[in-house]
Amino acid sequence: MIMTYLEAIADAMRQEMRRDPSVFMIGEDIGTYGGAFKLTKGFLDEFGPGRIMDAPISEAAIIGAAIGASLNGMRPIAEMQFIDFITNGFNQLVTVAGTTAYRWGLPVPMVVRGPSGGGVGGNPFHSRDPENWFVHATGLKVVCPAFPADAKGLMTASIRDNNPVIFFEHKGLYRKIKEDVPEGEYVVPLGQANVVRPGKHVSVICYGSAVHMALAAADTLSADGVDVEVVDIRTLVPFDEETVLASVRKTGRAVVAHEAVLTGGFGGEIVARITEKAFRYLDAPVVRVAAFDSPTPFAPTLEAAVLPNAEKLGQAIRNVVAF
Amino acid sequence: MTKQRRNDKATQTWSLPAAERLELLRMMIMAREFDAAMLRLYRQGKAFGGVYSQLGNEAVSVGTAYALDRTADVLFPMHRNIGAHFVFGQDLDTLMVNHLARAGSQMRGTDGTGHYADPAKRIYGNVSHLGAMIPVAAGFALASRMRGETCVALTYIGDGGAQVGEVHEALNFAAVQRIPLVLVIENNQYAYSTPSHLEFACEKLSDRAIGYGMAGVTIDGTDVELVLKTTQDAVARARRGDGPTIIETLTMRMRGHAEHDDFSYVPKEQLEEWAKKDPVERYAERLITDGVTTAESVAALRATTLADMIAAIDRAVELPWPDASEGFRNVFIDEVSA
Ligand SMILES: Cc1ncc(C[n+]2csc(CCOP(=O)(O)OP(=O)(O)O)c2C)c(N)n1
Ligand SMILES: [Mg+2]
Repeated sequence: MIMTYLEAIADAMRQEMRRDPSVFMIGEDIGTYGGAFKLTKGFLDEFGPGRIMDAPISEAAIIGAAIGASLNGMRPIAEMQFIDFITNGFNQLVTVAGTTAYRWGLPVPMVVRGPSGGGVGGNPFHSRDPENWFVHATGLKVVCPAFPADAKGLMTASIRDNNPVIFFEHKGLYRKIKEDVPEGEYVVPLGQANVVRPGKHVSVICYGSAVHMALAAADTLSADGVDVEVVDIRTLVPFDEETVLASVRKTGRAVVAHEAVLTGGFGGEIVARITEKAFRYLDAPVVRVAAFDSPTPFAPTLEAAVLPNAEKLGQAIRNVVAF
Repeated sequence: MTKQRRNDKATQTWSLPAAERLELLRMMIMAREFDAAMLRLYRQGKAFGGVYSQLGNEAVSVGTAYALDRTADVLFPMHRNIGAHFVFGQDLDTLMVNHLARAGSQMRGTDGTGHYADPAKRIYGNVSHLGAMIPVAAGFALASRMRGETCVALTYIGDGGAQVGEVHEALNFAAVQRIPLVLVIENNQYAYSTPSHLEFACEKLSDRAIGYGMAGVTIDGTDVELVLKTTQDAVARARRGDGPTIIETLTMRMRGHAEHDDFSYVPKEQLEEWAKKDPVERYAERLITDGVTTAESVAALRATTLADMIAAIDRAVELPWPDASEGFRNVFIDEVSA
C-alpha cells in the first residue's frame, strides 16, 4: 500500500497497539488534536484516553513515567512534540533509562519518538538532529529511518524491543516521500544497514535525510560515469559495522554524510571504524559531509547555507573519486 | 532555623496492637544498628562508597514503609531509607552484598549501596541524581492502574532534592492523573552543608501540595506512630483514587552528609535540641512505659541486632569482587536473555 513516511509510522504504532494491550502512548496534544503533525489522528477514537494519554508540558515526567510504566510490564511510546524538547527529559533518558539494564538487569521496553531535522524553517529550537547525543549516552538504541517502509518496520521492531529506543523521525520526510509499504505485520530488525543503491566506485554511508541527498547526488554523478553505492545505516545503535566495511572494501572510497552538525557527529565514529578496520582497502581519505557547527538558523538563506544538500555531497563525492 | 513540630496530637485516639508496636521498634533498631555497623566498617577502612548515616530518620523510613501492603504496593527508597528496606523484608545478606558490590550482588558490581532493585520484594532503589526517580515511581503506579490493579508507589526526597525540577513535573503529572503516589519529603534541615533557608523560601514544603491540587501535611518525623498513621491516611487516599499526597517529615540529620563530612557547619545546640527527640530512644521508652516491653529486652534486641549486622557485613566483605567480565555485559537487555 502506498503510504507516506508519517502514515507508515502511524500504521506501525496502530498495529502494535491492536496486537499488544501493554502498548500505550503518552505525549502532548496527541489525543483529541491528533498530535502537532496529526500523526496520531484517530488514535484517541480507537484506543481511548487510557491508552492515548495527553500529558502536561513536562518532558521529564513523560519520559520518566514511561520508564516507570515499562518497569511495570507496559510498553510505552512517548512522543516529543518536537524532538528538540527531548533536552528537557535528557536526564531521564541518560541517567535512568540508559543505565537500567546494566544496573538492574531489568528490561525498559519503551520508545521515545518525535520529529527531528531541519530544512523546514523550524528555527534553532525546532530543527535539531540530536541523535548522536544518545549514541554517546550508552544503553539507548538510536533509530533514524529514511523511507516509509523502513519507518514502519523499524518502529515495529522498536516497540517490541526490550530496551529504550529513541526514534528520530525526519519531519521533512513526513509527507515528502511515499512508497509501497508492506501491509500487516512488518519488522525491520534494528542493527541492519541497507545498501539502497549498489555501486562500484565510492560508498556513501549515511542515514535519515542524508540518504535522499546521497541518492540525488548518485543520480547526477551517474551521468558522468561515477557509480555511487549508497549505504543507509538505518540505526546508529546498534551499528551494522559489517555492511559498511563490506561496502568500503568493495569500492575503496567512502564519504560519510548526515544532516546533524559535523563535530562530534556519528560520522566521526563511522570514519574511525573504517580507518581502523578497512584501512588497507582505502584509495582515498574518508570525507565527512554534515551541517556547519552551529544551531540551525531560521531564515531560508542561512538554513540552506549551513545544512548539507545533494550538491555539497555530490562535490565531496567527486573530490574523493578524483583523489 | 529549626522548624516547629506540628500535628503531634493525631495519634492520641489511635491505638496499635502491641505486636505491631514491637515490630516498629525492632525495625527502627535494625536501621540504627545498620548505621553503627557501617560506621564500624568505615572506620576499619573497609567500606566501599559513601556511608550515608540515616541517624534520626528511623521513624520516617520505618513508619512510612510500614503503611504499605508489601505484596501490592511498591517502594522507591532513597539514600537514608535503610529502615524501609527492612520493613519490605529485605534480608541482611542480600542487602550487604548489594551494598558492598561483592560477587552475587543483584547489580553485578555495576553499582552499590541501596541502589539495587529487587522486583520480587517490590523495592526499586534510587539513582544518585536526586529527584530522578519520582516520575519513574509515578509511572510505575500508573501502569498498574492501566491494568486495573491498585499499586501505591511510595518514594522519598530530601529538603534539598525537593528543589530539583523533575520533582515538580512528577508531582504535577501525578496530581493531574490522580496517580496513587505518596511522596515523603524528608526535611532534615540540611542538604549536604546547605541549610534549609538556602534551599527553599516557603514555610512548609507540604504547602506546595496546594499548588498541585493534592493533599499535603507536615509532621514530626521522630514519632513513628504519627508517621505510620499519616502515611496510612495517604495510602488510603491514594487507593481510593483521590490522588497523591506530600508528607513532609521534620527531622534532623544527626551526622554529616556522609562519614567523610565532619558537619562542623551544624550548630551544636541544634544537634543537642534534636537529640532529645531521638526517635528510637523515645519510642523504646514509650513502649517500656506502656508495658509493651522492658529495658532489658530492648537492650538485648539492640545487641543481637548489631551482632547480626556485623556478621552479615563480615560475610559480605569476605566475598570476592564480581568478575571483571561483568563490566562488559548487560548494557542492553538482549544480552541478558541470550
Ligand atoms: C541532581 C543532584 N545534584 C547534586 C547531587 C549531589 N548530592 C547528593 S546528596 C546531596 C544533598 C541532598 O540533600 P537532601 O535532599 O536534603 O537529602 P539529605 O541528604 O539531607 O537526606 C547532594 C547535593 C545529587 N546527588 N543529585
Ligand atoms: Mg536534607
